[in-house]
Amino acid sequence: MSDNSKPPVLELRNVDKSFGPVEVLHDISLKVREGEVLCLLGDNGAGKSTLIKTLSGVYEPTRGSILLDGQPVRFARPKDAQNRGISTVHQFGGTFPLMSIGRSFFVGVEPTKKFGPLKVFDRKKANEIAVSAVQEFGITRIDDGDRLIGGLSGGERQSLAIARAVHFGARVLILDEPTAALGVKEAAHVLRIVLEARRRGLAVIFITHQVMHALTVGDHFAVLIRGALAADFRKGEKTREEITDLMAGGEAMAELEQEIQAYLDESPETEPVQNRPASSEEAV
Amino acid sequence: MSADKKRLSLGSIVRRPETGSVIGLVAVFLFFAIFGQITFLSAAGAASWLNVAATIGIVALPVGLLMIAGELDISIGSMIPASSMIFAISSGYFELPIGVGIAAALCFGLLVGFINGYLTLRTGVHSLIVTLGTLFAVAGLTLTMSVALTGTTSVAVQSPPFIKATMGDFINGIYQVTIFWWMLWAIVLGFVLHFSPIGNWILALGGDKESARNAGIPTQRLTIGLFALSSFSAAFVGVNQAILFNSAQVSAGMSYIFNTIVCVVVGGVLLTGGYGTVVGIVLGTMTFSIVNQGIYFTSFNANLASLIIGVLTLAAVVMNNSFRQMALTYAPKKAEKKAEKAE
Ligand SMILES: Nc1ncnc2c1ncn2[C@@H]1O[C@H](COP(=O)(O)OP(=O)(O)OP(=O)(O)O)[C@@H](O)[C@H]1O
Ligand SMILES: [Mg+2]
Repeated sequence: MSDNSKPPVLELRNVDKSFGPVEVLHDISLKVREGEVLCLLGDNGAGKSTLIKTLSGVYEPTRGSILLDGQPVRFARPKDAQNRGISTVHQFGGTFPLMSIGRSFFVGVEPTKKFGPLKVFDRKKANEIAVSAVQEFGITRIDDGDRLIGGLSGGERQSLAIARAVHFGARVLILDEPTAALGVKEAAHVLRIVLEARRRGLAVIFITHQVMHALTVGDHFAVLIRGALAADFRKGEKTREEITDLMAGGEAMAELEQEIQAYLDESPETEPVQNRPASSEEAV
Repeated sequence: MSADKKRLSLGSIVRRPETGSVIGLVAVFLFFAIFGQITFLSAAGAASWLNVAATIGIVALPVGLLMIAGELDISIGSMIPASSMIFAISSGYFELPIGVGIAAALCFGLLVGFINGYLTLRTGVHSLIVTLGTLFAVAGLTLTMSVALTGTTSVAVQSPPFIKATMGDFINGIYQVTIFWWMLWAIVLGFVLHFSPIGNWILALGGDKESARNAGIPTQRLTIGLFALSSFSAAFVGVNQAILFNSAQVSAGMSYIFNTIVCVVVGGVLLTGGYGTVVGIVLGTMTFSIVNQGIYFTSFNANLASLIIGVLTLAAVVMNNSFRQMALTYAPKKAEKKAEKAE
């Protein structure tokens, strides 16, 4: 699906990120291509959120460089990354509980209309676009852009944040644990959104702690352990067990995982990971 | 469909952050209309509370915007006398041109606002503490400078007729021109908060600072701008008062701190930010001023005004909380959904 002759949409070269004396990311080099889903895996505190914040202009790398279409770029603020088509849904965030759906959707990129010499916020347009963007993703319960975000369910809020990112993400879509707080059905929706974004040719960076979710959508996997890139491989290159062990973060965990696995599963599966259908529970 | 329309309009009423303050205003107005003598309803009665409302309101509006953005500014309490004194000392004591005095006072307001905003961003300390610091610093500076320069704490200043007429005079002998400045300020800030994109940024900033920043909003410039706005407005009121009374005192302004907060909170602004309207702030200011002045038109002990304001504030906050809860849980199609399920 991805074209290796073209430079990657986004590339990190030897990126370090420190907060004062604490080095959170160490020598990270990664590539993301068009129409490809990169799954970023790793234990709690491994540095995944820090990595994507570096990609989305929240932090600047301490050392190393970021390349967009092969050209070095510098994102001094989130707006710079957005203007280059990089759109991010951060962990635990992105929506404002006491704002209306329409207003929240357009924070920072408000549509305006002319009112005499003045530019006014176009509430009607904002509401219409916001509502249709979420409905496109199957959340048809949302039909009134004046409703406050705080009245929506966790899944609806997350879907809204993702719909927003897809709407503004021209080239790269970054999702930090978008399925973490979601039920089975809502998580399936999110996975479908990811696949749809890939089909449209976007590069997607997807963070998750759930092996199933990663295996469902990932083309390319990168594992962070304590801020360093511990593994970088493509779909089919590692077994599900190996991935699970890597996600758990280390050797000691791997044994425990295997014990549990053996305990739960009479016949552990050992064949390489196949392209699975986008989760079975959503097939209606 | 018509039932649905009705629901929608109920929803939009419940969702308005100022719904509670309308009820509060009507309640106190009726209370004083009944218990006050007939003069409360006369032009002079209206003027008595409108004058108070205008003076507080000019400061309460930007303080309210700051609160919506998640910040507090209590340094206005010393900014008002400080700007009065700067104006009176420059244009009264030193007899500089009137424009110089006004400009100096307003610039000092902008400067203090900038310092408040910069320190809040830079130190990460809550703005209540930062502005508590500037409150005392500015008060001390004002007292020291005025004693050092003039040897007194009260300075007289005479303004030319044009300045007097536009900034500090009475219309029909009873209404302060400040009322028009307040209305103008309400319209401008109402436009900013509700119709301009910046209003959306303010709501987002107060709702979730981190997400607002991540969404690409210039949160630092916005924060500094809002602090500058509130200090500037306080300086404006200080100048205005000096022109109106032809003199300035060092110690006149501390009551504004709590009065503005009461006005803003009664007006339905959430103390922790992210929610509120300009109409609400205006209504809250009117409610506060009616209680503050209306008591003199009744046969009650005037000291009861504070009690009423206290109770009113608590009642308003509780009421605003429940309205906000209703706004959050309100979903227009609920009944329809239930009907669908029943089928
Ligand atoms: N602003 C910061 N200042 C100092 N340390 C930080 C900062 N942000 C993150 N860290 C540290 O960096 C490490 C990585 O954090 P990060 O949030 O990137 O982890 P993560 O992989 O996203 O974890 P999780 O799966 O729990 O979301 C943690 O040890 C954290 O304490
Ligand atoms: Mg994280």
